[in-house]
Amino acid sequence: MDGDKPIRVLVAKPGLDGHDRGAKVVALALREAGMEVIYTGLHKSVEEIVSTAVQEDVDVIGLSILSGAHLPLAEKLLAQMRAAGIGEVPVIIGGNIPQRDHAKLRSLGIAGVFATGSDLEAMARSVRDLARPAAERG
Amino acid sequence: MAEKAEKKVREVLLESGIPVRPVYGPADTADLNYERDLGDPGHFPFTRGIHPLMYRSRAWTMRQYAGFGTPQDTNGRFRFLIDHGQNALNVAFDLPTQMGLDSDDSRSEGEVGRVGMAVDTLKDMEVAFQGIPLDKVSVSLTINAPTPVLLAMYLAVAEKQGVPLGEVRGTAQNDILKEYIGRGAWIFPVEPALRLIADTMEFCARQAPKYYPVSVCGYHIRESGATPVQEIAYAYSIARAYIQRVIDRGLKVDDFAGRLSFNFDIFGNLFEQVAKFRAARRLWAKLMRDEFGAKQPDTMQMKMIAGGGGGGLTIEEPENNIVRGAYYALISALSGAQTMALCCFDEAYTIPSEKASLISLRTMQILAEEMGLSDTVDPLAGSYYVESLTNEMEKRIMAEMACVDQEMGGIVKAVSEGRIQAAVAHQALLYEQKLQRGEIVKVGVNKYRSEGERVSEEVELHEYKPEATEEQLKRLAQVRAERDAGAVQVSLNRIREQAQGNVNLMPAMLQAVRAYATVGEIVGVLKEVWGGFREPVRL
Repeated sequence: MDGDKPIRVLVAKPGLDGHDRGAKVVALALREAGMEVIYTGLHKSVEEIVSTAVQEDVDVIGLSILSGAHLPLAEKLLAQMRAAGIGEVPVIIGGNIPQRDHAKLRSLGIAGVFATGSDLEAMARSVRDLARPAAERG
Repeated sequence: MAEKAEKKVREVLLESGIPVRPVYGPADTADLNYERDLGDPGHFPFTRGIHPLMYRSRAWTMRQYAGFGTPQDTNGRFRFLIDHGQNALNVAFDLPTQMGLDSDDSRSEGEVGRVGMAVDTLKDMEVAFQGIPLDKVSVSLTINAPTPVLLAMYLAVAEKQGVPLGEVRGTAQNDILKEYIGRGAWIFPVEPALRLIADTMEFCARQAPKYYPVSVCGYHIRESGATPVQEIAYAYSIARAYIQRVIDRGLKVDDFAGRLSFNFDIFGNLFEQVAKFRAARRLWAKLMRDEFGAKQPDTMQMKMIAGGGGGGLTIEEPENNIVRGAYYALISALSGAQTMALCCFDEAYTIPSEKASLISLRTMQILAEEMGLSDTVDPLAGSYYVESLTNEMEKRIMAEMACVDQEMGGIVKAVSEGRIQAAVAHQALLYEQKLQRGEIVKVGVNKYRSEGERVSEEVELHEYKPEATEEQLKRLAQVRAERDAGAVQVSLNRIREQAQGNVNLMPAMLQAVRAYATVGEIVGVLKEVWGGFREPVRL
């Protein structure tokens, strides 16, 4: 049955950064890969992202950050997701993420880091792998 | 034999969709009429350049983008660049300033001074421009949604330096329609945002005629994924919308449109970009003359800043970006740009370091003074290939502009509904897929890739300094404590009242910034009246 249910992904742009080329390319590529993609649009607060994720009952959340503020934003988002009872939803981050921060993000609980230029098909496979357990539960 | 070899020739299709043949000849330029299509440099239709002598009389203006941390940090980088021969400044602001938020706003947390200089009050601008004479150094402000506030601060600093309004030089980016398409630093709904643009254009035309109040940015549209043809077509559609609004206020096109400039992207195929700029110059001259009835050559001359092309740079093997930057500078010089702001080799992942900024500045100086790029005007003119490509680019740009007008109901409607944004996003996906399939080559990324560390040890990463935020918050608190609160309130009330009507807001802005009202207070009052932009999320 879970094969019939499309994977739902929330692509979100937190904070003030307005560079959305990457977010839109990822959203379009995941849609092309057969997923249902909800894109938040720009300048969303962490609170707004968590509430959209709850409402839309998504399987994976993807954050796009290019301003350099990825560490504080990731920490804040994960804490609020736990508080909202969706702490188990995997979160991936894309954007201008220096290599040295990848391990830090993972240790915070981020499930995947996709820096600028990541392979779109490989990303879609990762999202599918991350979403599968969640979809099975649903 | 020959036939067999011909069959094997690989196909070349430019990003703009134009097929390229292996050889061009006289037949490709047979229809070219020198007077009609090119003209001497400095003469209609300005295809060859807007000045008769171009770089032979004066090299392009060199204006590197800089700004980070506190106004003191930024002032230090400005002085460094000026000391090394740079003759103009290009100011980067942090995201809170770009979004009209004060440094002590909770939404600014983690962003103060991060991607540019933090500005809360006039005090910050006074510090940033200390010792920099604003009648001699031309300053470009990379600010959009809250431009009237930052422009008022800039004019107030000039006033304090004793520079009369009529002598103030500089440029504000102030192109809000492109913010809705790419870059995303928008605040207000489309209509009041367009009114603010017209307010600044009208005010400058009447009071500060040497100032360029708007720099229309094809640059960010292209960086968001647009083709070179779309870049020019959308930028020109935007520029026409701004011009029409000022004409609607009763000004004559020749009284203000000569102070409109453009910011274009340089990355991509060298010949396609050169042809793009030559075609764009010709088309602009014709548009201004035929559509708006311009009489003055100055109004018909398309003035541009070029040299930025962040999208073409790579994180992998960043030193290669020095080479790319040198070619970008070459393209700008071959295209007759008035100003160059050359991208820096470390720009793909950090705020440019002092070293990287200096290499970019030296690259431009080497081209201008060692390589002969400032010796003769438009050296590619008459090339079978370049002239034929110039004609083709012009045709395609016109077709794209007609599509915006006829199929999308004009640029304002198309942007309000998210249609341009969607077209650009689809183009970005196509580009990324071609790149990942290797159909578009990026050396060191999808071809000739070296194994090992992605980021070179040579690159110095810009560190975000939390102390800078502390310093900024301290200065803001001090200004708030020392200013005349009554005067601030009076000035904010005046802005609120005028925002509801249609009086030009610039005089009220000047009053407010002189009273040390903050960016956040002024923008906050406007938001109360106008609300915020609701982004049409359309993929």
